Amino acid sequence: MNKENKTIDPKTIKGWGIDADPKNDPTYPMRERMNVSQDPDSKHRPASLQPVDVEVLKSIERPNVSAVFGTPEPPSGLSGAIRRLAFHYSENRYRHWLPLIVADRVNMVEGLIDDLAHGKVPNLWAEKGYDMDWKYKRGSLILKLAAVTAMSAGLAVWLSSGGDKAGNGRRPKAGRRSKGYIDYNDYSS
Amino acid sequence: MEYRGPRRVRAVQKPMPEIKHPQDAIVRVLRTCICGSDLHLYNGNVPDTRVGSTFGHEFVGEIVEVGKEVTKVKVGDRVIVPFNIACGECHFCRQGMFGNCHESNTEATAVGAIFGYSHTAGGFDGGQAEYARVPYANVGPTIIPPDMDLDDAVLLTDVTPTGYQAAEMAGIQTGDTVVVFGAGPIGIMAARCAWLFGAGRVIIIDKEDYRLEFARGYSYCEAYNYREMDDPVVFIKKITDWMGADVCIDAVGAEAQGNALQTITGRKLLLQAGSATALHWAINSVKKGGVVSIVGVYGPTDNLVPIGNVLNKGLTVRANQASVKRLLPRLIDHVQNGILNPKGLITHRIPLEEVADGYRMFSAKLDECIKTVLIPPTANR
Repeated sequence: MNKENKTIDPKTIKGWGIDADPKNDPTYPMRERMNVSQDPDSKHRPASLQPVDVEVLKSIERPNVSAVFGTPEPPSGLSGAIRRLAFHYSENRYRHWLPLIVADRVNMVEGLIDDLAHGKVPNLWAEKGYDMDWKYKRGSLILKLAAVTAMSAGLAVWLSSGGDKAGNGRRPKAGRRSKGYIDYNDYSS
Repeated sequence: MEYRGPRRVRAVQKPMPEIKHPQDAIVRVLRTCICGSDLHLYNGNVPDTRVGSTFGHEFVGEIVEVGKEVTKVKVGDRVIVPFNIACGECHFCRQGMFGNCHESNTEATAVGAIFGYSHTAGGFDGGQAEYARVPYANVGPTIIPPDMDLDDAVLLTDVTPTGYQAAEMAGIQTGDTVVVFGAGPIGIMAARCAWLFGAGRVIIIDKEDYRLEFARGYSYCEAYNYREMDDPVVFIKKITDWMGADVCIDAVGAEAQGNALQTITGRKLLLQAGSATALHWAINSVKKGGVVSIVGVYGPTDNLVPIGNVLNKGLTVRANQASVKRLLPRLIDHVQNGILNPKGLITHRIPLEEVADGYRMFSAKLDECIKTVLIPPTANR
């Protein structure tokens, strides 16, 4: 594969060097060029401000709500409570970001519950786009599904066979030979 | 498009967006793309990505409604919508830093506002929809030239400016050797644009042979698969006369593969703000005194990178979200003059209703996917 690389004369490439600039020093130093480094109006804001008619969580690293902001999906439920808590802390702190990630996961469960509450069973196959795997990567999809099925079955077997060993007040008494399962009809003891 | 949790999206009917600010416009979306950085959201790696959100920061459309202070565009105009939301008036916008506006994101100061990119990036719904609310319509939206293909236009919202700015920030001097990590659409475009700044040699590194082959043809660059190398850093040193590249560009970001420790801690356990493998390689592959340009997206917490080497090698590191508004006039010229061919990156066109399939195909790199365009059902009215 790597053998296919060819040497090319850059000057034959359309547009070569068209934007070359020995003084190229973009982005941050641009403020020097534009003479705003000593900006007398650095706090300038747009004249019109979006009315705050939904709950907006504000970073404590700024003094105000920005002139425009997104309104979809305001905080709600348990995830919203976690998000509100996170915004007590600055963006400099893990206790800001980690709760937000936790809230995202809680929000996912809330979304599932909300779907079910509205009589909608999520089509996980479609939402995960597995039709594409079926079309282009069927072998590995089947392998993945087989692995998940095998693990689920193994877990089910383990739980059903190991549940009695775990106790729960149903451990066979010493000296008695275990049947390997719990016989709820056996009152002989 | 609606996000339901990690790797779960679906198409739903949502209410029409409304004018919320006098400078808002409502746009009927004509083309929208899935971006590599959407995968960070899709995988659930960006904090404060709320269920019910609509992603999509690459879109073009037709203005169907404007707020009372909108004067620069009118109903019926077809516009390129830059991915970042910028007021044009704040301290940062007036420096041309339209990707770092201070008046569009209440929820974080570490990032400007981006359409459809979580509440950490402002909480705006994105353009993977039939209609979208576009704030500051006097600033961002740029009228699409009549002779420009919509497919070219939609790739001027992010891919082309981000790839171009990656090369621009690299401060490429005539004859420089440029190494681009990542042969996704941004990396391929960065490699192509490196020539515009006078690069003498352009090399791209990835793990997908089909993308490397594409990059070789599209960007006229050398392309190498890191899976065929013992160590990509040693490989690059070796092919640059043991000096290292003049410039390295990280066009991968948080989803990088190639290092188990980074993958496990950055992508699986989220102990880092993404896997910083590409950035790690960039820092170690660039020559002493060289430039590392970062356009790959990382999260807001921390990453494991060899910062000591940045110091000891005397490197310059430059990074930013692309300032799309600033770059658009130049890039429109390049497209109209045939120098850049953005639509050449598009490999798949998918109806918006099949958005879940589009995400799966793009994230799993199925069917040799490089760039996916979503077409809303209302686009052809």
